[in-house]
Amino acid sequence: MEPIIDIQDVHKYFGRIHALRGVTLQVQKGEVLVIVGPSGSGKSTLLRCINHLEDCSSGNIIVDGIHLDNAQNINTVRQEIGMVFQSFNLFAHLTVMDNLILAQKVVRKRKKAEARDIALSLLKKVGIPEKTRAFPSQLSGGQQQRVAIARALAMNPRIMLFDEPTSALDPEMIKEVLDVMLALAKEGMTMVVVSHEMGFARAAANRIIFMDEGQIIEEAPPDVLFTSPKQERTKLFLSKVLQL
Amino acid sequence: MFTRREPKIAEQELAHIPGAEPQSRLDVWWWLVALIVGLVVILCVTKPDPYWNILKFVRDGIKITIFITVVSFAFVLIIGMLGGLGRLSKNKVIYLISTLYVELVRGIPLLVQLIWWYFAFPVVIKQIGEWTHIALLENYQANAIFLAIVGFVACYGAYMSEIYRAGIQSIPKGQMEAARSLGMSYFQSMRHVVLPQAIRVILPPVGNEFISLLKDSSLVSAVALADLTRRGREYMATHFNPIEVWSMVALLYLVMTLFSARIVTWIERRTKFER
Repeated sequence: MEPIIDIQDVHKYFGRIHALRGVTLQVQKGEVLVIVGPSGSGKSTLLRCINHLEDCSSGNIIVDGIHLDNAQNINTVRQEIGMVFQSFNLFAHLTVMDNLILAQKVVRKRKKAEARDIALSLLKKVGIPEKTRAFPSQLSGGQQQRVAIARALAMNPRIMLFDEPTSALDPEMIKEVLDVMLALAKEGMTMVVVSHEMGFARAAANRIIFMDEGQIIEEAPPDVLFTSPKQERTKLFLSKVLQL
Repeated sequence: MFTRREPKIAEQELAHIPGAEPQSRLDVWWWLVALIVGLVVILCVTKPDPYWNILKFVRDGIKITIFITVVSFAFVLIIGMLGGLGRLSKNKVIYLISTLYVELVRGIPLLVQLIWWYFAFPVVIKQIGEWTHIALLENYQANAIFLAIVGFVACYGAYMSEIYRAGIQSIPKGQMEAARSLGMSYFQSMRHVVLPQAIRVILPPVGNEFISLLKDSSLVSAVALADLTRRGREYMATHFNPIEVWSMVALLYLVMTLFSARIVTWIERRTKFER
């Protein structure tokens, strides 16, 4: 089957720093992929390359059959990819409802009433239908992140990218966000998740990628990777994060 | 340009949004405006000669001052936005042009710029007309108001560019990234996400620029424009009463600047939002 994301030998330099060193990775439709690894290993950079928030220095990224080297394709591809950020990035000057409506109107050219209906049903789905008129600063971190997920879903993306979605949250809010992500995974959404939440990885992932120093060190289904990692570096990393 | 739709918020939620508290709409400094206006009125009523006569004489000067200020400022806002975006552009040519513009203009006194536009620019145009044999340029007639506005827009546009640049840079990068990740183009993201937030940040310095421009508009009296200052000088030349004339002119400028400052504060309050 044709992979929905096809990453071929991607390199990325930030000045003299070699952040990605030849990453090759395929993601199938409906797959949930969790990328783990120490900080600075290039996980977020790889994710940001997929929707071209960073251009890769060399190599190919093909999303849904569309090459990402052509500037005109970028907005087309981005419409199909939802992205959730560590710092939520809700539009601070807009209400929750307007956050969800803006891109639907501007990019998808939907009528306001239609966009509102979609927004409302998604806010119900993420469990905060009563906050439509609140501003982002009036919400807790967990609520903001759930709104951010709803905002991305409103565009009907075929792929969802999560860049450490729970790293900026208080412990008691992590679960409410993970529950939403878990439900999404069960519905068959294609997801690429950079996360330190091993519990989520175990429960939802089809495949776990371990990255270090800009390279993919090891990939395996969660039960295999967590119980019998092959590489020394993977073992070392897992021994540190799993003893918690 | 960027109108803010007032979200309908239930009363109990209002208290959480700073600036939206049900409070007195007018701040106390309106009293100062009222005081100065009152002073002008009292002077005109109690001593119509010379004060009422001065006011009547400089009235069309006030109109010119306000016209030049408001029209110039409207264009300054546009040029400033373009300049600010240019200064942030990744395109090297656009960046160089806008940076050169800002650096050059900031280094020349405004009065010299106004004089250059009024006296030198028409000659340049005519010279070009002679070389190219375009009759339209050869017969170019200097229009004082137009050239004054061009001068103000060129100068203040450069300062405004820096204000816009700082305002846009103050908005976290994540706002632009989030907008782009939803498939919005660079300009859509700027227009709907970054600029509406940046404009609220830059409102106080933009308001200051307006008031500075209002005061600097008095410099056009050097290029044969009958603004408030020049009309004052003309009145004094025939009546020889400097104290009354210049006190009146000063009071009239004060009325305009203090009133503008109140309007700026009022807009600031209405558009505030919590980060």
